[in-house]
Amino acid sequence: MRIAIPVNEKDLKSGVCPSFGRAPYYLIYETNDKTSIFLDNIAAQSAGGAGIKAAQLLLDNEVKVIIAPRYGENAAKVLVDANVIVYRNIDGSAEDNIKAYENKKLDILADIHPGHHNHGK
Amino acid sequence: MANKKIAILSGKGGTGKTLVSVNLAAAEGNSYYVDCDVEEPNGHLFFKPKIIKKKDIFVKIPNIDNSLCSGCRECVEFCKFNALAYGRQVIVFEEVCHSCGGCMLVCPTKAISEKDKKIGVIEEGVSDEVKTISGIMNTGEVSGVPIIKELLNIIKDVEGLVFIDCPPGSACVVMESVKDADYCILVAEPTVFGAHNLAMVHRLVSLFGKKCGVVLNKCETGFNPSEDFCIKNNIEILARVPFDNDLGSLNSEGKIAVRENYKNKDLFYSLLSTVKEAVK
Amino acid sequence: MKQLLIISGKGGTGKTTIAGAFIKLLQAKAYADCDVDAPNLHLISNHTVTEERKDYFGLPKAHIDINLCIECGLCEESCGFNAVHHGQRYYIDSYACEGCGVCKYVCPTGAISLREQRAGELMLYRNNAVFSTAQLEMGNGTSGMLVSEVKKQMKESAADDVGVAIIDGSPGIGCPVIASLSGVDLALIVAEPSISGINDMQRIIETARQFGTKLAVCVNKYDTNLKNTQTIEEFCKDSEIIFVGKIPYDKKAVTAINDGKSIVDIDCPAGIAVKKVFDNTIKIIGKL
Repeated sequence: MRIAIPVNEKDLKSGVCPSFGRAPYYLIYETNDKTSIFLDNIAAQSAGGAGIKAAQLLLDNEVKVIIAPRYGENAAKVLVDANVIVYRNIDGSAEDNIKAYENKKLDILADIHPGHHNHGK
Repeated sequence: MANKKIAILSGKGGTGKTLVSVNLAAAEGNSYYVDCDVEEPNGHLFFKPKIIKKKDIFVKIPNIDNSLCSGCRECVEFCKFNALAYGRQVIVFEEVCHSCGGCMLVCPTKAISEKDKKIGVIEEGVSDEVKTISGIMNTGEVSGVPIIKELLNIIKDVEGLVFIDCPPGSACVVMESVKDADYCILVAEPTVFGAHNLAMVHRLVSLFGKKCGVVLNKCETGFNPSEDFCIKNNIEILARVPFDNDLGSLNSEGKIAVRENYKNKDLFYSLLSTVKEAVK
Repeated sequence: MKQLLIISGKGGTGKTTIAGAFIKLLQAKAYADCDVDAPNLHLISNHTVTEERKDYFGLPKAHIDINLCIECGLCEESCGFNAVHHGQRYYIDSYACEGCGVCKYVCPTGAISLREQRAGELMLYRNNAVFSTAQLEMGNGTSGMLVSEVKKQMKESAADDVGVAIIDGSPGIGCPVIASLSGVDLALIVAEPSISGINDMQRIIETARQFGTKLAVCVNKYDTNLKNTQTIEEFCKDSEIIFVGKIPYDKKAVTAINDGKSIVDIDCPAGIAVKKVFDNTIKIIGKL
């Protein structure tokens, strides 16, 4: 099963990025074989609807769980529709958060902020 | 009198566009006042018009018929604005949609049709002899361009002088407001900010090949950077409105100077003559 | 880093003047001008370093290759923005073009492509503080995206110990203002005590509330209409918005600005009043 975390660098020791939609990369961790890959976030370059595109990107990569500090209502609409679960991250690296997830220490992220319409007109 | 459109713009906000456009329309009497600053329209606060007509303004957004949708996601891939996503079905993000109709075009199963979304309203009214037309955008909407387009459509061929109160800045909403103007009045204040933005908006009207002149507002003694700019660039100065507490007070109370006991109201009548001469 | 955004609804209320004062009082290590349409903060920021410039490309716009065009007119027919015209040949009005790609899709000969278009410029000044600003090419849309770039540039270049960053916003309630509200800890609304000013203040408050931003209000040039100033104070109390103070109209302020200085660089009533507004505002941020 795949978990995604928005990160600042392509490194398991990277901190979690405060933005969901415009994070530079996503860590995609496969729980079955404990492998990791890093996706470039193509949504970050969007004029608008970055959260929407980012959510779509993760869905298309078969992500079922996301660990993030916050996300917007647009991304939420997409993720809820696809039954993806979002947890709030803890302080620490992406690696720390994976461990916390595996030890069932994470809370569901309920704090969805209104969209910010960062777009092109 | 023939249809003549006079756009009043400034670059910088708060220089006196509404002051000038409202007073010019009131001075002319039988004329049109069009408020294209649809994000923050103010003219109606001065005219307090009797509203005779209201028109809702809509844009088109996609409507998905899930029973026809095959899940091919062509629409999601096509949309340049990320207004569509696919979870277990197509999701539409209305506020991000640019109403281009592309998704409807590319859908192979004709599952996408158009529906209307209201973004604002146009109110037509009268205040003495002046006919007022104001566009008001709903808060939360991102662009008033469709409303401005309709405002300009309404006054396209009307008889008489049309005074177009433009938004501040120089972005697409300003360009849209100025596009069909026969003459542009640039209103400037005597600060470096004002002069800087005057230069910018002068470039804009020059780009459109529009005839223009400047009204220097809030003038006092001493160096006026905006006046200096006009002189150095050979731009006609149409009027110098002095900084005046009485005018400021009237304005802040939402009163139209030429309709009140304002001592300097001749200034606006003079300006009106100058402008009428310029658009002949 | 906490972000303080200064907006107004109505233009000309004094955002940049007040932002300039705040930057001086705070000795701000990071600040930005998000009025990318009509930026003014650089005129009083007194940077001695040369700025780093970067082209800003907005949405790609359509372009017709006349060698492939067979003048069928399908593009003009299907454009929702009146951006396709034909005189001697078919061409795109790049001011009207929104880059939707419909014309490219309908073109039977593949004559239309979407090309990156320079829509403005980002500027970054760096010495012991970072100042991020930009100028949008006139007539453009995509100002929201450029605003986001200005903020991103500031955040990326700022030192780790910035504390509070000051962002000078733009007038209005549309796209660039909405983009500047994103991620901001507090938005200070500079209101003007006129009928227009009150009306516009209410609309910007309504807009900012839709995005859940924490708000504070101050009144500039308050003594030009004491009655309206009181109306604003009462409105804030009724709406549970923190009123952080009022600044008098001050001719010396204009002189300072015209000399490229902030109002706290000279001895003037506005400068004294803005210091109180500043103290009240910073106190709110400190509690966030």
